[in-house]
This record gives sequence, C-alpha cells and structure tokens, in this order.
Amino acid sequence: MSELLVEGLDAAYGASQVLFGVSLSVERGETLALMGRNGAGKSTTFKAIAGILPPRAGRVMVRGVDVAGQKPYRIARAGIAFVPEDRQVFPEHTVEENLEIGERAGLGGREWNRARAFEIFPMLAPLRNRMAGRLSGGEQQMLTIARSLMGNPSVLLLDEPSEGLAPLIVREIGHLILRLRQLGTTIILAEQNSRFCLGVATSVAVIDRGAIAWRGSVEEFRADPAVQATYLQV
Amino acid sequence: MELTELAECVTSLSCLVTQSAAGLTIGMLLFLVASGLTLIFGVLGLVNFAHGSFYMMGAYFALAAYGVTESFAVAVLAGIVGAALLGLVFERFLLSRIYGQDVLMQLLVCYGIILILDDAVKIIWGADFRSMGVPDSLRHPPFIIAGGVVPYFYAILFAITAVIAAVLAFGMGRTRFGRIVRAAAINPGMVGALGINTTLVYASVFAIGAGLAGAAGALSAPIRSVVAGAGVSILIESFIVTVIGGMGSIGGALAASLILGFTRSFGSIGFPLFVEGAMFIIMALVLILRPSGLGGRRGS
Ligand SMILES: Nc1ncnc2c1ncn2[C@@H]1O[C@H](COP(=O)(O)OP(=O)(O)OP(=O)(O)O)[C@@H](O)[C@H]1O
Ligand SMILES: [Mg+2]
Repeated sequence: MSELLVEGLDAAYGASQVLFGVSLSVERGETLALMGRNGAGKSTTFKAIAGILPPRAGRVMVRGVDVAGQKPYRIARAGIAFVPEDRQVFPEHTVEENLEIGERAGLGGREWNRARAFEIFPMLAPLRNRMAGRLSGGEQQMLTIARSLMGNPSVLLLDEPSEGLAPLIVREIGHLILRLRQLGTTIILAEQNSRFCLGVATSVAVIDRGAIAWRGSVEEFRADPAVQATYLQV
Repeated sequence: MELTELAECVTSLSCLVTQSAAGLTIGMLLFLVASGLTLIFGVLGLVNFAHGSFYMMGAYFALAAYGVTESFAVAVLAGIVGAALLGLVFERFLLSRIYGQDVLMQLLVCYGIILILDDAVKIIWGADFRSMGVPDSLRHPPFIIAGGVVPYFYAILFAITAVIAAVLAFGMGRTRFGRIVRAAAINPGMVGALGINTTLVYASVFAIGAGLAGAAGALSAPIRSVVAGAGVSILIESFIVTVIGGMGSIGGALAASLILGFTRSFGSIGFPLFVEGAMFIIMALVLILRPSGLGGRRGS
C-alpha cells in the first residue's frame, strides 16, 4: 500500500481552476521531487492534499484511508505533515515551544519527540529557548521541518524549503533531508531548484499547468533532457 | 469635591490600608471579568459585548445554588461552571458563526444575547433586586492592620481572585494548552495544520472567558445587588480596562483593573461624584500617551 495515493485531484481558487486531475503516489521511504515552473500548481497540490484548500474532486488516500475534503487537523492526524512555503513558525514562542505544539503520537508511533528533534537537528539545540521570530531564515526552515515531524507523520510535504536561503544553508537543508531519508521518512519535496532536489530525491514528478506531465526515477529524469527543456526551463 | 479628605486619607496609614484593601478587592473582581473579555478578543478576534451578561448569570447561578445548599463554595462553583457552560452553548450556536466578521455584526449578535439573558433572568428570578448577603459562615470581625479596617469577607474575596488569577497566568503561560491558545491567537491555520482542533480551542477559550466573568459575578453576589441588566456597568468598566491595559494583554488587564479599583476606592473619598469621570480621564490619557495600552505592543 502506498503511504500516499492521490487520484484525480481537482482544485480551484474561487472560479479559477488550478489543478486538473493531479495523480501521485509515494511509497514508504521514497523522496519524491515535485517539480514545475512558477505557478504550475505545486503549492496548490500540497494545499489540496493537506485540506487547506479543499479539493473539488479526487481522492487523497493516506495508508489506504481517504481523507479528501476533511478538515486540515484531521488530515494532519491521519499522517500528512505540511510545511508551507512561508515557514510560519510561531514567532513569539521559543523553539522548544514550537516543537511542543506539534508534538503528538501519530500512526507511525511515537518515534519523534523533542529530544530526538534536537538530536537530528543539532543546530536547533542551542537555540531551544530563543524566540522563533528571532531565528534566521535557515533556522526557521529547520524548525518548521522539525516541528512537522513532531506529529509522527506518514508523509512529509515540504514546499520549497530552499527558497530564499543562502547556498550554504541550502546545502545544510539538503543534508538534513538526506538524513531524514536514511531514517525512512517519506517525503514529497516541491522545488524549482532542480540541482538541489535531484541531489536528495529518489524519484521525480513534473507538474505543468495543474496536471502531472511526467513521472520517473531521478536517473530517468537526468537521462531525459527533453523533459527538462519542455516543462522546466523558461 | 472633598479633595482635602483625600489628602488626609493618603497621609494617614489607617485610611490608606482601608482604602487599598477595598481597591485591591474591587480591582481583582474587575480583573476576572476584563481578563475574560481580553482573552476572548485576543484569541477569537471577537469583541464580546455580551460579556457582562455572563457576569450577571454567574451571580444568579450562585444565588440559586446558595439558596439550595447555603454553601458559598458551592455557589461560586455554580457561578463559574454555569456561566462557562452557557458561554459554550452561545459560542457553538451563535458566536462561532461571526468570528472574523465586522464589529457591527458582532455588536448586533451580542446585543441579542444580552436581551435574551436579561429576559430569561426576569422570567426565572423576577425583575426585583436581590442580594445574597455575606454568608453567615464568612461573617467574622474585620482584620485591623495598622489601624486600618480590612473586612474579613474582602480578604476572602481577594484571596480567591488572586488564586484564580494565578491559575489563569499559569495556565496561559506554563502549560501546553496555554501555548496552543497563544499560537492559535496568532496563526490558527498553522495550529490546525499541526493536527490541533482549533474549533475546540476556540470553544474552550470562550468557555474559560465566560467562566471568569461568572466567577466575578458569583463572588460579588454577597456584596452587590443582583438584578437583570447588572452586566452593563461591569462591561463598560471592562472595556475601559482593555483600553488602558491593551486589548489582548492579560498582564495589562491586571494593571489596569487595579488602577481602576484604586480609583474607585480612593475616589469615593476624594471625588465621590466623579469616580466614573476619573476612569474615563485615565482612559483618555492612556489613549493619548500610549494608544496601544500599557501591556499592548506599540503600533498594533
Ligand atoms: N490564493 C490564490 N488565489 C488565486 N489564485 C491563486 C492563489 N494561489 C495560487 N494561485 C494561482 O494558482 C496557480 C498555481 O499556483 P501555485 O502556488 O500552486 O504554484 P507553484 O507551482 O507553487 O508556484 P511557485 O513555484 O511560484 O511557488 C497559479 O496560476 C497562481 O496564480
Ligand atoms: Mg509554490
């Protein structure tokens, strides 16, 4: 059974439809890069899966259970952790309090807790009592990823974690995602930065104008410059 | 005005003690009401114009429970729990539908609640003034401190309100629930995305706010008259508190409530006909000098 299986997802902002039958699946331990140009529908796909923008049609199966259209907190409890583009730490809570708010036993068990977060994200440990609003952009990104793991999710949806960060920090986030992959975390990574995400992903899906246009392994993607030329380069 | 008497009072230790004790007690009762109002606004974004009605209902629930049990402890608990449950009902069926809507809509719905509860009180308990009176078990000689008179019942009230305030501060500042509430006040969407049922958080916060107002109503029942419409004046004072203290700030509400409590107790000596006026002047001064209030963030 797939950790997450999305079928025929339609989503719209008011009258303007943005997703047209998006279908995706990720298996346990897979890191899927969801790539696409600006405005292709990456963030909207995540919002529709997470219930923030309830889909108009389609199924969202988390370990075999359809959660499409449920409230975001129910979908989170079913095992989907969504890290939005703009990070959204709680600025007036400390790092540790941010983690605590996310802490919850998930279907995946109780493997993740604050102690483990500080172990896997060692850069956060000395900052544990600092207000999250006072962290750098990179530190905030680390914190939101760690916070979303506190709910012991089945699948992690990371929306452009490299956006707006210095190259050195992007590398650090890359290492972190690789580490999570080694730990068996299932991840979907929305990115425009193909160098970054090809370095950490195991497979690739390309979204174009609200529909999945290509799907394959990282090796197949690298071997197919036509895909990149058609769907990714401007 | 009797400003010379005020001058005499502040230079006499016994009078200072007597009036300060009264000011503290009045201020703390006001704080219970105002902290609920500010909490509900801070988290739910709702200006609860019906807040005074929960104070009134707390007093009536206490009166009813006291009539049956003759126990002040049971009466206070009945006031708190009754107002909280009533708040929960109104939150679920009415107020949760107007979160985020403009203040005029909130005013209209809350005014409806005020009318409903005032009439309900008149139907159930009648339109006459009622009073619980200080319970016999709590009638003791006053404490005499430095020549000043501190009524025994006032001391009891102060102790109870201080404990409630401490529990509130601890709950909001030091528990996971409090941290979730504060996070939901700033970013409910993200709190929900982390698997927390924000509807439940909102309902609990409203119930806590209504319960705090109910506590103040119940605690005041022995020393104030209980009557339909009794919530209005405490509501106005609570709004003054939130302006002085800063909307959404519980620490600010505590400071402002005590300021108003002292204004009332010392004002009753120095300018008995101008106590309310003095409160509005303090409010106006704060609005001019520090528009976001004592505990509010500047520029917000
Ligand atoms: N809140 C919104 N209201 C209306 N239209 C929106 C909204 N958000 C996104 N869109 C539109 O939906 C389409 C898909 O946007 P989306 O944010 O999903 O793209 P994306 O692939 O994440 O892009 P980016 O790489 O810029 O983040 C775009 O055409 C965008 O203009
Ligand atoms: Mg996006």
